[in-house]
Formats: sequence, C-alpha cells, structure tokens
Amino acid sequence: MAVGKVTFSKVEREKLAEVLWLLNWISVVTGTILFGLGLFLRVEIHKWQEVMSEQGILYVPDMLITTGLAACCINFFGGKICLDCADTNKFLRWKLVMMPYIICTFFFTSCVLAGALMCYGIRSQMEESLFMGLRNAMRYYKDTDTPGRCNLKRTVDLLQIQFQCCGNTGYRDWFHIQWISSRYLDMSSSAVVDRMRSNVEGKYLMDGVPFSCCSTFSPWPCIQHHLSTSSTQDKQSQQLNLWRRGCRQALLDHYTGIMQSIGLTVLLIWLFELLVLTGVRYLQTAMENVLRLGDPESESDGWILENSLAETARSNFNIIKNLGKCYQVDDDPNINVPTQVQVPVTSYFVPETRTKT
Amino acid sequence: MLLKITFTQQRRVRLAQGLWLMSWLAVMSGAFIFCLGVYLKTELLRRAEVMDNTEIHMVPNILMMVGLVSIGTNWVATRVCQDSLDASRFPRWKLLLMAWFAVAMLLCCLLLAVVVLSYALQGRLEESLKVGLRNGIRFYKDTDVPGRCFQKETIDRLQMEFRCCGNNNFKDWFEVQWVSNRYLDFTSKDVKDRIRSNVDGRYLLDGVPFSCCNPASPRPCLQYHLTDNSAHYSYDYQAEELNLYSRGCRQALTDYYMEMMNSTGPGVLSVILIQMSVLVSLRYLQTAVEGATALEDPEGESVGYLLEKGVKETFEDVKANVLDILKFAQVDPSAAEGSPGAEDAEKPADNTTEKAASPTPSPAS
Repeated sequence: MAVGKVTFSKVEREKLAEVLWLLNWISVVTGTILFGLGLFLRVEIHKWQEVMSEQGILYVPDMLITTGLAACCINFFGGKICLDCADTNKFLRWKLVMMPYIICTFFFTSCVLAGALMCYGIRSQMEESLFMGLRNAMRYYKDTDTPGRCNLKRTVDLLQIQFQCCGNTGYRDWFHIQWISSRYLDMSSSAVVDRMRSNVEGKYLMDGVPFSCCSTFSPWPCIQHHLSTSSTQDKQSQQLNLWRRGCRQALLDHYTGIMQSIGLTVLLIWLFELLVLTGVRYLQTAMENVLRLGDPESESDGWILENSLAETARSNFNIIKNLGKCYQVDDDPNINVPTQVQVPVTSYFVPETRTKT
Repeated sequence: MLLKITFTQQRRVRLAQGLWLMSWLAVMSGAFIFCLGVYLKTELLRRAEVMDNTEIHMVPNILMMVGLVSIGTNWVATRVCQDSLDASRFPRWKLLLMAWFAVAMLLCCLLLAVVVLSYALQGRLEESLKVGLRNGIRFYKDTDVPGRCFQKETIDRLQMEFRCCGNNNFKDWFEVQWVSNRYLDFTSKDVKDRIRSNVDGRYLLDGVPFSCCNPASPRPCLQYHLTDNSAHYSYDYQAEELNLYSRGCRQALTDYYMEMMNSTGPGVLSVILIQMSVLVSLRYLQTAVEGATALEDPEGESVGYLLEKGVKETFEDVKANVLDILKFAQVDPSAAEGSPGAEDAEKPADNTTEKAASPTPSPAS
C-alpha cells in the first residue's frame, strides 16, 4: 500500500523533470538569500558584541550560513540530475546516486527548519546574555585606562544615544555603580570622602547619569545630576529629560524584530525546499518503476513511500538491526559445526601394510 | 569636410547597432544623473533648517532636469538608429536631428556647468550655513515659541550626528543664552549675579549643551564651568582636547556636502563623455546614410563626416542663417520702402497699358 501514489505518463514525467530543473535553480537563488540573511545577522550581532556576555548566540547565523551554502550546492547538483531524468537512458547514470541524494536533501531540509525554529527560540537566551553583558559593561564604564576595557565607555555611550535608552532596566541602574573613575575624583575633598565612606564597598555612588542618557526630545537643558534630590518641578521634568527605556529592552526588541523577519523568510524557504524534495522523490520512483517495467513509453507509478509508514519504519529498523549484527558470528551456519562426513576405513585403495619379519 | 571616414554597408550596419546600444547606455546614465540629483536634493532638504538660503539647490535642480531631458533625448536617438538602415523611414528624422544635436550639446554644456558650480558655490554654502547655525544656536532655548520649538532638537541631533559643536567651535555657546528663563531659579544669588554681569541681562555661562559631549573621551563629560580649572579635579582648560567635539558644525557640514559633490564628479564627467560619443556617432551615421541614399547603389560605400565644410565656413554659414531668420522676423523697413517704389514704377506702366487699352483715364490710385 504505497503512500501518495500518483500515475505518470511519459509526457508527464518529462514535464515534471523540466519543472523540477527550474525549481532547483530557483532554490539555488533562495540558498544564496539564506546565506545572505545569515551573514547580515552575524554582522548585526557583531556590532554590539561587547554588551553581550556569551558568544553562543552566534550559532544561529552560522547555521543559516552553512545551510545556505549547502542549499546552493545541493540544488545545483539536483538541477543537473533532474535535467537528465527526463530521459531513461541518462537516468541510469544517476540511478545509484538518487537515493543518497534524496536522503541528503531530506536531512538538509530539516536543518533549514531547525534554523528557522532557532530564530524564534533564541529570545530568552539573548535576554540573559544582554542582562549580564550590559551589567558588566556598565560596571567597567569607568575603566578607560584598563587594556581590554578601554572602549566600553564609548560603546555604552554610543549604544544609549543610538537606541535612545538608559541603563540596564532603567536610569536608576546608574545609581548603583561607580561610573566616575577615581582618577577624576579629588580625594582630598571632604564631600568625596564622605560619599565614599557612606557605602560598604567604598564606591563613589551618586544619583547622576552619564550625558548619553539625555533625551533630545526634552524641551529643556538636560538635568543629569542630583536626580533624586530635585524639586517638584524637576520631578515632572524628569519624565522627559532622560531616556525612559532600558537598553536591555531596546536591544532585545531590535534583535527580536530582525530575527522574527529572518525566521519567517527561512520558514518560507523551508516550505519551498520541501516541495522540491517531494517532486524529486516522485520523479525518482517514477523513473525506477519505468525501468522495472522495461518499456520507456509506458505509464508508471510514483510514490513517496512504497509501503505504508509503519511497514517502512519496521523494515528500516530491521535493516539497521542486521547491519549491527554483521560483525557477530553466531548465526553463521558454517562455523562450529563438527564434520559429520567420516572417511571410511575400507577404501578402494588399500595401503600395503606388511610387517617385516 | 571635417574628419571624414568612409563607410561600407557593413560598417554602417555595425555603426547603427553599436550606436543603438550606446544610446540605451546613455539613457541609463541619464537616469543615473536624475537619481543623483534627487539624492543630493533630499540630503540638502534634510538640513534645510540650518541653512539660510537655497542657492546651493541649483546644483541638484540642474542635475534632475538634465537627467530627465537626457533620458528623452537618448531614447529618440535609439529610435533614429532603428530607422537609419531603412531608406524609407530615415528621411523623416532629417529636421529633428538638427534640433537633437543642439539639445545634446546644450546638455553637455549644462553638465560641465554643474561640475563648475559645485566648486563655485562652496562659499555661498558656507555663508548660508553660518547664518543658519547662528540662528539655530540663538533660538535653541525657545522651545515654547511656535515656529522655533524644534530648533533645540535639530541642533542637538546635528551636533551628535556630525560630531561637532557650535558654529566655529564650542565657544559660540558661551556668547548665547541657551538656557531658557523658564528653567532658571530667579531667587538664587548665582543666577541673579550672572544676569546682572552683562549689559543685555542675559544668563550667560561657560557651559555647553550635552550634545557637544564626545563619547570617545576617557572622562565623564564636563559640560559646565569649562573655563574654570579649579571647578573640576585634574582639569586643564587649555590642554583638554577630547572632552567635547573640537570641530565646528559649519565646517563639518561644508565638508560633508563638498565631499558628496566631489564624489559625484567622476560620474558626471563619464556621462558627459558618453553623451559626446553618442552625438559624434549619430552625426557620422546621419551623414553616411544620407550619402548612401544619394548614391545610385544604396549598398555601396559612402563618406561620413562631422562638418560639411571647415569649421570657419560652417560658423559663417550658421551666422548668416541666424541673421536671415532674425531679419525675417523684423518688420523690414528697407523692404517696405522698396515696395512702394516698385509699386510706383508699376503704376505708370499700368497707366500706359491702360491708356493704351482704353481711352478712359483712370484715376491714379
């Protein structure tokens, strides 16, 4: 009982081969699109890599890049095969390669699907990574003289200006860290010393934020310092004075937007690849049946699976089981069997045994 | 004949085909010039709030116009090429081709003028920016005055995007009150002192807005009390370079626009070259095909040239033609005097003939 059986006449087989050739070439183009999307995502993530704590997120664009390249190669190869499949003589060349090719394509199509699903599933991991990364970046904001961290101030300032955000969750995050380096603090001043003694770790904490938190939309000059001790009028003005959003949320929205649109495109590409795979399977089975029948002009059947799903699964399972058994020797009937045929004493050739007296 | 070349039938066909391709290339380059003009115009319009006059808009306007006319002109050239090898259809283009050559020359001249203008107008652009930025800085605080309420946002964004501060440099902010009176606490002694310290009663301070701050500075940004070394720890006003942007916005914007226009220079020059080659080739094709049709054997060799006579003679001819046309347009006094004289000369002849014909005297009219 075949799954998805369709009968093909000779003309239909040739038409199918031509259509598949065209679809394979379109797939090469979509493969390049996939590659391009992966590259774009990689560049976007690389731009703000300094505020992300782990680099594991890069496996999403890398996956897209590899599947894109694989798509180009596989579909280019497939185009050549499909063009030859229209003719039974040329099909003989490819007969042995067809099955491995289809298995390869099936595997690679599932990779495309995995890539699309990863784009949607990466959100929580990205949020975690951004939270840790931004916290570290803000902590090292003041370390402009430490090699390896000297660019973090610039990065954080440019991030806050470009994404119109302030701090990790909000502007109050800046109140909990010392963002002014001790090099620029007058240690002889009593005000400074008091502040540093007023907290456990001896840090110079203040209720002020860096200039990059200032909002350009505010109608009044920016108030960055003494934010907690401001008058009522200033409290109202604070609403618009600084950027309200936290940078974690801003970056998360930015990347989620990009990845959702990429994920949607990859899903569409996956559906297209599935269509091409189904077509190639039908073509393969139809051509094999034509060869089996012997008459190139006759009609033949094409299917997705020869038997039902359960039977195919069972037979494949048995094949795998038997593959595993080929190194075992228990069932070989020719080994460890005692020889049952005994040479009889009376034979036609009697050796002369004469004892010498 | 100027620069004559002999054309066989084969060469004429080749010339027509090559010219057809080149004309389509010229159409593309016309579209390119148009897009270039549009791009320049949008860039200039984006910063229109800090520019005082729109003289510099001449450059993109001319580019857009030339682009559109060039598309039409070169499309006509492709049609001419298609008809050129057909002896029955080519003659109808004869008159139009003269006009076509004039238009093509004009386009080339306009493109050259654009290249020259883009250098010549630099001074005017700087002037315009100087006045515009000065006004922008002056009205920075007027966020409650309709018509000026966006100046603050414009100037802030400009300074952050172009990494510049003030008109010439950051000291321009010291001369202007950029903090609005609404946000000044008039009961404070410091505020009152400052206002009284200058003639106009303005609140001037040695500080700059936050948009002048340079993110690349290793130190958190110092905005206020910039000239006072003692106001900040380990601070030297003369030596501090990275704290604020050192460039003035006028210089930054002028450099930006000049760079944009200079980078379009090679593109425009290559378009001029393409247009000139289309013009020359079409002239050769026209003369060669006309020469061929005049022969007994249309398939034979003919001579193509740029000008029938030498340059000087052609110029004299053209001058004479133009003067003729002008004379025709005038109500010609010499012709008017001539005709009554001719009439008088005719009238006695008429009278004599009439007298001879009939005895009745005819009154002289």
